[in-house]
Amino acid sequence: MTRKWVFWLPVLVTVGLFAMFLVALVRPSDRTIASQLVGQPLPAFDAPAALPEQPGTNSRDYADGTPRLLNVFGSWCGPCIAEVPVLLKLQSMGVEINGVAVHDRSEDLARFFSENGNPYARVGLDVQGRAQMAFGSAGVPETFIIDGKGRVVGQHIGVITEADIPDILKQLGAR
Amino acid sequence: MLAEFGMAALWIAASLALLQFALGAVALQRQRPDLAGAVAPLAVAQATLCGIAFVTLIALFLRSDMSVLLVATNSHSAKPWLYKFAGTWGNHEGSMLLWVAILGVAGATVALFERSLRADTKIATLTVQASIALGFYAFLLFASNPFARVAGVVDGQGLNPLLQDPGLAFHPPTLYIGYVGMSAAFSFAIGALITRDVTPQFARAMRPWILGAWIFLTIGITAGSYWAYYELGWGGWWFWDPVENASLMPWLAATALLHSVTVLATRDALRTWTIMLSCVAFSMSMVGTFLVRSGILTSVHSFAVDPKRGIFILSLLAIYICGALIIFAMRVGTVAEGKRFDVVSREGVLVINNLLLSVILVVVMVGTLYPLGLEAFTGHKISVGAPFFNATTGPLALTLVAAMAAGPLLRWRRDEAAVLARRLALPIVVSIAALGVLLIATDDVPVLPLLGLVFAAGVGLASVAPLWKRNLARTPLFTWGMVLAHLGCAVSITGMAADSAFTKESLVPMKVGDVRPVGPFRLMFEDIQRVPGPNYDALQVTMRAELPNGDLVTLKPALHRFSNPAMVTNEAAIRTFWNGQLYVVVGDERAGGQWVMRMWWKPFVTLIWAGGIMIAFGGALSLIGRVHRSRTARKTNARAAS
Repeated sequence: MTRKWVFWLPVLVTVGLFAMFLVALVRPSDRTIASQLVGQPLPAFDAPAALPEQPGTNSRDYADGTPRLLNVFGSWCGPCIAEVPVLLKLQSMGVEINGVAVHDRSEDLARFFSENGNPYARVGLDVQGRAQMAFGSAGVPETFIIDGKGRVVGQHIGVITEADIPDILKQLGAR
Repeated sequence: MLAEFGMAALWIAASLALLQFALGAVALQRQRPDLAGAVAPLAVAQATLCGIAFVTLIALFLRSDMSVLLVATNSHSAKPWLYKFAGTWGNHEGSMLLWVAILGVAGATVALFERSLRADTKIATLTVQASIALGFYAFLLFASNPFARVAGVVDGQGLNPLLQDPGLAFHPPTLYIGYVGMSAAFSFAIGALITRDVTPQFARAMRPWILGAWIFLTIGITAGSYWAYYELGWGGWWFWDPVENASLMPWLAATALLHSVTVLATRDALRTWTIMLSCVAFSMSMVGTFLVRSGILTSVHSFAVDPKRGIFILSLLAIYICGALIIFAMRVGTVAEGKRFDVVSREGVLVINNLLLSVILVVVMVGTLYPLGLEAFTGHKISVGAPFFNATTGPLALTLVAAMAAGPLLRWRRDEAAVLARRLALPIVVSIAALGVLLIATDDVPVLPLLGLVFAAGVGLASVAPLWKRNLARTPLFTWGMVLAHLGCAVSITGMAADSAFTKESLVPMKVGDVRPVGPFRLMFEDIQRVPGPNYDALQVTMRAELPNGDLVTLKPALHRFSNPAMVTNEAAIRTFWNGQLYVVVGDERAGGQWVMRMWWKPFVTLIWAGGIMIAFGGALSLIGRVHRSRTARKTNARAAS
């Protein structure tokens, strides 16, 4: 047994591996992958009106000089309910928000709005999730910040909270 | 009330494990046989209570007791009962409880049925087993309480629709029995190191436990592969997904161990290597469980878990794995070197088998963990996919099966290379003939599948060669087992190679009335309609397939839209023929009433899983043969002694 140290190698390798696991686990990890759309024009989509009293939205609505938010949501999505008060606050601050409801039904949306409030200027229905696919958005809620020329300048994955408001306003301001 | 009862059972089980560990340790240290007598009954009692806790959790799920947090977050009263039942382990806490329950049962089985092990080594084994259980009880009780209550929930959130599948009800438990069954091999190895009992006798005692766990791992992986194949609707059978790899790695280690333990049992060689592999096999099982549970690796299988739990499990694993390896490093000097042997001998080829399996294991591990390491240290995100794994493991696996053909045809200790060549002559001729046929009859078959088919032909023949000129009625059951398992490998490789070489794919938008050819079939889009299901809405397409002989068969692929949680799943329609499967999936809707249809004709793809079942069945024959032989041997010994 002249090469005793060899038998300690597995311990060393294991310690190394576990150090790696630990780093992967505790590092404030940002698991979101930034959308390739940022900096690109909003892809073509058409989400027809979800409610009789409100227009739907399509990609031609976004190059009129007004920066706005495009919020991908669903009446069936719990976190989207949590987000509504913040969106209403943004609306009261003068931010225009359009909504695309994914895999949804008009009657469910009407109930959703009467229970939680409606922060949207336009609400389109995306029954097949095709618009969502075009945005490359994996889940709901997800919000895109669009400048006045119809370009995506920012993306927010997940629920928007009060704390996110300053950042969103800044991105809306940046042309 | 029921939840509190389960909780109490879990606490008592944990205390019994502590007692089992303490008594075992003292008995070994002070050499107190009076204390040692209590260890085995304690192991049985601990397993019983843990089992009761698990059954209680099942009962809570079946009764849809929404006052239990776990049930509320993972079940729904409208779910069919089978999924309520399976929902018990379709979540983090429940699956950890299942894990510990199997660990307990493994320990109890060793306590009750293991007779050929030296008495002190058995105590040491049970003590190590208790120490593992203790850590995981602590994890359950302090960080993942499955019985926690919640107030004011009316109905639950439901189970991920992808997991609502009958196969999934039994896939995780099977895999877990395999994973956790490996703990027996681990405890045996550490126990034998502690009592300095690394002998052929010990290896013979350990072998059935390895075999048992290995059989379940094999079934689990085979079933998991088939599940992914028909449920995910991508037409593939192995995706090199981190979680699949996490189940493959312990299997590779266990397969190597199975062969090296045979060398130790028969020839008293490879002592330290066998001990090392025992540690590696179970460590891989634990790391596999951990990677899935912690959410470190993201995949369809993983449940998001908060980092505190991750760190808890990580610490447990670090303690057990490093602890085992430190004991190994300290005690390995006391393990005498085993017997020597020639390179051209059965041991020699088994060493090659072990080396190749280990290299494949390392390659899979590097491929799986490299993206994780890179992101941890540099922040770069990459993914390592099928091209890497196929290119690296493919050639290694082919070399491995070549060794598999040679091994059983060699004598132990030393043999003649020329004799081996003579014995392999016919398989080699068959392989060359297969190569000729394939080159003439087919075109554009990629190298790896081509070699796969060629090797499989020769290896298939070579694997039944050990039965040549033998009295089949007197051939031991474990030899039959080996032959069947090796033949299963050849069968499985044939399926994999045929699938990647000959699959015909068609991806086209179709509307009612359209007809498309796929391989030898003509498929007609007949109809599409809405069909309400128990907790989903289905869009069902009716496809009529015309066979080459003019017969018609109907396939009904569908899209299922679940309302709770909202999600769409693809239900593939699969039609099995003797020579392959027709596989049809509905995709997106296009303008003008068109639907994108994905259709595959996959010749001989079923052989992949048929081979897997053969391997597992071979393992089972082998296990029965071994257990039977050791029992008769014990009886004969007892009679001789009296």
